[in-house]
Amino acid sequence: MSGLDKTLLVSSSPHVRKGRAVDRIMFEVMLALLPAVAWSLWSFGLGALFTLLTAIAASVLAEHLACRMVGRPSTVRDGSAMLTGLLFGLTLPPGLALWMVVVGAFIAIFLGKALFGGLGYNPFNPALVGRAVMQATFPVAMTTWVASTAPERFTRLPSTTLAWPLTQPVVDVVSGPTPLSAWKFSHQATDAADLFMGSTMGSAGETSALLILLGGVYLVGRKVMGWRIPVTILATVAVVSGALWLWDPTTYASPWFHLFSGGLMLGAVFMATDMVGSPMTHTGVVLYGILIGVLVVVIRTWAGMPEGVMYAILLGNALAPHLDRLIQPRVYGTTRKGKAP
Amino acid sequence: MSSSSPPTTTDEFIKGLWRENPVFVQVLGMCPTLAVTNSAVNAVAMGLATTFVLVMSNLAISAIRRFVPKQVRIVTYILLIATFVTVVDYAIAAISLPLHKALGAFISLIVVNCIILGRAEAFAGKNPILPSLADGLGMGIGFTGALLTLGVVREVLGMGTLFGVALFPAAFQPWVIMVLPAGGFFTLSAWMLVFNALRRRQRALSEPA
Repeated sequence: MSGLDKTLLVSSSPHVRKGRAVDRIMFEVMLALLPAVAWSLWSFGLGALFTLLTAIAASVLAEHLACRMVGRPSTVRDGSAMLTGLLFGLTLPPGLALWMVVVGAFIAIFLGKALFGGLGYNPFNPALVGRAVMQATFPVAMTTWVASTAPERFTRLPSTTLAWPLTQPVVDVVSGPTPLSAWKFSHQATDAADLFMGSTMGSAGETSALLILLGGVYLVGRKVMGWRIPVTILATVAVVSGALWLWDPTTYASPWFHLFSGGLMLGAVFMATDMVGSPMTHTGVVLYGILIGVLVVVIRTWAGMPEGVMYAILLGNALAPHLDRLIQPRVYGTTRKGKAP
Repeated sequence: MSSSSPPTTTDEFIKGLWRENPVFVQVLGMCPTLAVTNSAVNAVAMGLATTFVLVMSNLAISAIRRFVPKQVRIVTYILLIATFVTVVDYAIAAISLPLHKALGAFISLIVVNCIILGRAEAFAGKNPILPSLADGLGMGIGFTGALLTLGVVREVLGMGTLFGVALFPAAFQPWVIMVLPAGGFFTLSAWMLVFNALRRRQRALSEPA
């Protein structure tokens, strides 16, 4: 074959492709989220069900409208908006007013994804963009947590869920601190076993570290996701918080408390691994994981807020392209500085 | 506007309102645009203060444009602008002390607002007094209008009020982010999106297909 008359396409990896489309990946990820979703429905009942369904429906609608507005064919069928909605719903407190869920889902899709050009062009994880904006917009509602496994959870919605649009939700449900805010503001540690199994308060899908890990193992096994990002993040958190804890166990929380509390598991396994927002090379991915892990411990320990996984991952997303530029693989036949030998 | 005839004084006035709007087209003066538009009153006050300085400095600079050596013109302009800013600063403090406190350092910072120096350098330094006056007034009103569009959205969503009057029942949930700096960026970009879309449609309509 004479290659002279052919135009060769020079591109970066991947070079070997598998017949696996976007919708297939989205389906696998949703499947992996099922245990966490089931646990969320069991422990928070109708509140979680309505939050998740609303988040998914609003995200899909937003995606459809966004495609319509720019006159492109609707990309609802690839399932990415559905997954974004599900992830967004899982990061919310299960009693959040439904109108706020809708606002957040629209922000996640419009601001986090559509404005950048849709799936594959979003520099940040859309679900986390939505959550970050919600956190700054409705700080009180976003930190009002309903009790886990309340007896009437399958018969009654939390009163906050059905607040009229634009009105303040009236809190009458049993609410309390999450393990992280209990530690931050009143220095109460929560039993690590409770955290691991998930019988604590928190966002709809973040409570059970075990079930999220199960989903992660499934995804790695199916090769939908690389193991490096979650493992580096979790290892970094363990090492940094462990060092602090060994230095002064009365001031700093234990590493297993850090590992199993809050949104760290959900973030490390399902959010930081977003294919678009994470670096491309193995070295880049490891640096990215270390960066997020350090930021999580720093924010949780010294910043004013109890939880920092969301901001850590968003900052990691922001740095990912720079990490890629920093760690460009050496082109074959050149020296490290890019010159021919 | 036809391109053959030289622009009239009215044209100089009108261009600042929409076609060459200082905020949405020239993207100048972003600092006050983002910082003091968290309520409609602040936005209007800042807009009017800037308009006053803009008109007065355009007048003065246009009047002395033949006597100022080229090498020291920027210094002269800034000196004139700073004089008028001092006047505005004291005037606002005399009219309303709470407003003066709300605007804070941003009143003094009108000196370095690039719209003002921009108009001085691009227009008033080269044109007679009357067109310079019209130019300053148009740009000032365009700036005030742009600030008002931001201030209205941010105040209604962020506090549920408009010019301090409550619009909603007491149960209204304020969108805290709207009065924070981030809300300024979001609102500015949202309006810019809308106005650019309108401008594009306008252009498509005016040009023969």
